[in-house]
Amino acid sequence: MHYRLEASDLQQLLDALKADGYALLGPQRQDNAILYDTLESAADLPQGWTDQQEAGQYKLKRREDAAYFGYVVGPRSWKRVFLPPRKRLWSATQQDGAWSIEEEPLPTQKVALIGVRACEIHAIAIQDRVLREGPYPDPYYTTMRAQSLIIAVNCTQAAPTCFCTSMDTGPNATFGFDLSLTELLEPDHGFVVEVGSPKGQALVETLGLPAANDPDQARAQAGVDQARKQIKRTLQRDDVKALLYRNLEHARWDEVASRCLSCANCTMVCPTCFCTEMEDITDLTGDHAERWQRWDSCFHGQFTHVHGGPVRQSTRSRYRQWLTHKLASWEDQFGTTGCVGCGRCIAWCPAGIDLTAEVKAFRESEHSQEKNKR
Amino acid sequence: MTQKPKLAVWKFASCDGCQLSLLDCEDELLAVAGAVDIAYFPEATRRMVDGPYDVSLVEGSITTPHDAERIVAIRKNSKKLITLGACATAGGIQALRNFRDVKEWTSLVYAHPEYIDTLAHSAPIAEHVKVDFELRGCPINKMQLVEVLAAFLNQRKPLVPNHSVCVECKLNEQVCVMVTQQTPCLGPVTQAGCGALCPRYLRGCFGCFGPKENPNTSSMAAQWRSLGASEAQILRAFRGINGYAEAFRLESERSEQQLQSTEQKAK
Repeated sequence: MHYRLEASDLQQLLDALKADGYALLGPQRQDNAILYDTLESAADLPQGWTDQQEAGQYKLKRREDAAYFGYVVGPRSWKRVFLPPRKRLWSATQQDGAWSIEEEPLPTQKVALIGVRACEIHAIAIQDRVLREGPYPDPYYTTMRAQSLIIAVNCTQAAPTCFCTSMDTGPNATFGFDLSLTELLEPDHGFVVEVGSPKGQALVETLGLPAANDPDQARAQAGVDQARKQIKRTLQRDDVKALLYRNLEHARWDEVASRCLSCANCTMVCPTCFCTEMEDITDLTGDHAERWQRWDSCFHGQFTHVHGGPVRQSTRSRYRQWLTHKLASWEDQFGTTGCVGCGRCIAWCPAGIDLTAEVKAFRESEHSQEKNKR
Repeated sequence: MTQKPKLAVWKFASCDGCQLSLLDCEDELLAVAGAVDIAYFPEATRRMVDGPYDVSLVEGSITTPHDAERIVAIRKNSKKLITLGACATAGGIQALRNFRDVKEWTSLVYAHPEYIDTLAHSAPIAEHVKVDFELRGCPINKMQLVEVLAAFLNQRKPLVPNHSVCVECKLNEQVCVMVTQQTPCLGPVTQAGCGALCPRYLRGCFGCFGPKENPNTSSMAAQWRSLGASEAQILRAFRGINGYAEAFRLESERSEQQLQSTEQKAK
């Protein structure tokens, strides 16, 4: 069953969520990008703006229409909500020779995520396997996930950096949402709403949304189809694991390492990268200590530092670790791929390194070797 | 009660900005003064207690024969020696002379160059004596200084990550100026520590904290070229405050060669 929400009633949806006790997080225009942040009202949404993305490039541009969700994905992903960049885990204080440890309280605020893309839902599902469903669930992550509500937005346009169709993660959301919206622009601005959970059903009933008619549903489908057609980047997924494992000593790793800055931007913007570092600090007196968790990256020397130095010293070994983990050993480890095809690592790499091009280079090298044999 | 560790602050060729960071600590200064005995710190106090010192903070680079003797004496008189800032750690902006003939410059600058007794190079402290910890920055980040002192006092490793400025941008959720505005930025090859100060004001990084661990300066220079930076700009970017730090020095030398060969071709 699909419903219709008028664009002018979008605020009512946000109000209903607020009335239900949710803090709203959603897209807005900040610092030349569209970022997810605290949302006060529909007026904060990046209405009439879009993003233009290429390898190593991201630019905002005015749209000619009034679309609320007429952009693709920006540098922030939703992982900041569940796995914040920095988080204090506990603090300890010494008084009269005795230590008392105070654990950081878990968050209690419910959050509604507005405008979650299909690839991002897949990314959340991938992190769930690691941080929620694995043998060592992260208490903060599981708490925040349990008290989050997801309003998905189906993509009706794609960026040149997108390749969700290769990863089977988009452009439309098929699971993992409470409500999903598909934005319709012409002739009457509104949304086709799909319900994905009892919470979503309750929202639709609160708002008293009418059923969407057939032409609206057809227009919504046409929008998603348009996004699918716009996607030109591909990553041949079926044999990528074996391909990478066959080429662990390939000269291409040196070539990509000559461009890679090992700056870690790709891992920071990746919605599935979950590695963190533990940082222990004390004050000057030594009577107060804290443990913090912060995002870390396999591109850091410290990441593999053991007695005597880092195991992965060269950029070559670090890039190889990252790419083979994303596309191959992630599967061995967690039973899914580690990549959702959102293209963030391509757009936000200052050197414009494109993992789909790297995979192609390995494949083409094998093809030309085959030819030479014949 | 055990005696508080004795702290000394020394100055060599420098602008004093780094030792001022200690006075700038304000809220933390009282805690520092409570935790250590500030035994020698001429910029802050006339009280001067003789060594040996438990910890010496050294600002500035070694530029004269007298400096070279003095640092050896300070090292002998200090249990731990920590350098503060780009001058003490990489030779500072005055290390620009390391790329030229200092005698020629002296004769150009001074009316009586015969009075000038200077070394050919402005050298980081570690070129002359063993250094226990090098704190980067121009100037240093005062919170990192407090962290290094807290680590020293509690006999633990200082929490001073050697990753890129990019990580600080991302942890602070600052949008990349290189990707969104095509602004040439040294962040991807520069060590964190400043809190991504310049990108926060939508400017590119100047490399004040010197090369990060494993820096790929050649790829960085190539990116600058593709963003339209001139070879002269690239040379100046790497040959700045930390120009004598090895990775930046090598890149500026490559850039200089490129520039010279283009100029020769033009002739």
